[in-house]
Amino acid sequence: MNKVFKNAEEAIHDIKDGMVLMLGGFGLCGIPENCIAALVKKGVKNLTCISNNAGVDDFGIGLMLKQRQVKKMISSYVGENAEFERQLLSGELEVELIPQGTLATRCMMAGYGIPAFYTPAGVGTEVAEGKEVRNFNGKDYLMEYAFDADFALVKAWKGDTMGNLIFKDTARNFNPLMAMAGKITVAEVEELVPAGELDPNQIHTPGIYVHRIFQGINYEKRIEQRTVRKRD
Amino acid sequence: MLTKEQIAQRIARELRDGMYVNLGIGIPTLVANYVPKGMTIILQSENGMLGMGPFPYEGEEDPDLINAGKQTVTILPGGSFFDSAMSFGMIRAGKVDLTVLGAMEVADNGDIANWKIPGKMVKGMGGAMDLVASAKNIIVAMQHTDKAGNSKLLPKCTLPITGLRCVKKIVTDLGVFDVTPHGFKLLERAPGVTVEEIRAKTAGRLVVEGDVVEMSF
Repeated sequence: MNKVFKNAEEAIHDIKDGMVLMLGGFGLCGIPENCIAALVKKGVKNLTCISNNAGVDDFGIGLMLKQRQVKKMISSYVGENAEFERQLLSGELEVELIPQGTLATRCMMAGYGIPAFYTPAGVGTEVAEGKEVRNFNGKDYLMEYAFDADFALVKAWKGDTMGNLIFKDTARNFNPLMAMAGKITVAEVEELVPAGELDPNQIHTPGIYVHRIFQGINYEKRIEQRTVRKRD
Repeated sequence: MLTKEQIAQRIARELRDGMYVNLGIGIPTLVANYVPKGMTIILQSENGMLGMGPFPYEGEEDPDLINAGKQTVTILPGGSFFDSAMSFGMIRAGKVDLTVLGAMEVADNGDIANWKIPGKMVKGMGGAMDLVASAKNIIVAMQHTDKAGNSKLLPKCTLPITGLRCVKKIVTDLGVFDVTPHGFKLLERAPGVTVEEIRAKTAGRLVVEGDVVEMSF
C-alpha cells in the first residue's frame, strides 16, 4: 500500500473536466492551498465545487473562478468575492446556496453511509423549494441528501503515511467531514510523518477515509480579517 | 436613540451565568464587550469553537484561529475545537442557549429576513438559517429603520425569508420589543425617544401597555 504522493500535481493528476470536487476550509482558513494551485495550473474546467466559501478575488477558489474553471459552486456564504458575485449576477456561474449546517451534514452523511437526513434549517424559505417536508413531533423538517463527490481535497495540520489526519484549531472546520465524503480523498498536510508517530487517540480522521496524502509546501495561510488588541 | 454599543450593552443584560451564546457579525459581536463582571459566558463560534476569547495581541495572530466573521481571535482556557457538523449539531440540538444576530427585516410574527436582496446582494445565508431554525432564544440587534428611513419591523417580510416565527426579542436604536402573538410589544424606550416616535417608525403591529420605561445606562 502506498498512499503517499510526491506533490499536489501528482495527487490530483486524474481530476478531469466536469467532476464534482469538495474543498475543505472556512473562509481562507484550512483551505487546500497546494491542491488549488495545482488545479489552476492543470486548467481543468466545468467543475462543480462544494465548499463553504469561494475564496477571495486573488486567493483560494477565487483563483479558479478567475480562470473560469468553475461551472457551479455549492456554498453557504460567498460574500468576500467580488468576481464571484459578478459571475453569479450575470448568470455565468451556477450557484446553489445552502445553509452551513446542512452543507456540513451533507458531507458527513456521505462519510457515514446515510443517504439523507432531516433538518429544520431552511423550512419556509427558498431553500425548501422542491424538497420533501416532514413533520416530527410538531415541527417541520426538510429532507436533504448526502453529497456525492468525485474528489475531496482537504488540508490537515499533521498526517501520517497511513493517511491518518490531525487538524489544528478552527482550520478543522469542513476538512474532516469532506475527507470522509470523497470517492477519492486527497489530503495535503503541513507535516507528514511515518506511521506510528501520531498518537492513535488524537487522530481526527482515520486513514481509511484518505486515499492520497502529500507533504504540502509554501503555505501562505492568508488572514482574511486581521483583528488585534493593544497590550494594556 | 441608542448607539450600536448601547444596543449591545442592552442585550448583554439578557445574559445569565453559564449561558452558551452564539453572536452574529456586526452589532451582536459587540455584546461580548459587556458581559457583566463575575459572569461566565461561553461563546460559540459556528466555524468550530467553544470558549472564544478576545482578539489576539498584535503579533500573535494565528491564521488557523478565526471566528465565524473570519477575524483572528483567541480561545479561552476550557475552550474546545470541533468540526462544522458537530458545531451545527449542537446548535440544532438546542444546546446553544442564546443566539444574537442582525436582520434586514423582522415581521411581527417573528419571521426574519437577513440573507439576500434579490438582484442586488447575494452573499448567502452562512449559518443563519440553521441558527434561527433551532435556537431556543433569538434576539435580533438592528437599526429600527433602513438608510431610507423605512421601518424594518414589518407586518410581513418583503425580502427572502431566513426563518419562520423564530425571533423572540428585538433591540433597536429606539427600543426593546418582545415578539408576541399580538405583534411587537414595546418593553423599553431608548433615552429621549417617545412612544409616538416608535409608533410612527414601526410598520408592524405594535403593542403598548401602560407606561413604557426609559432605558438607562
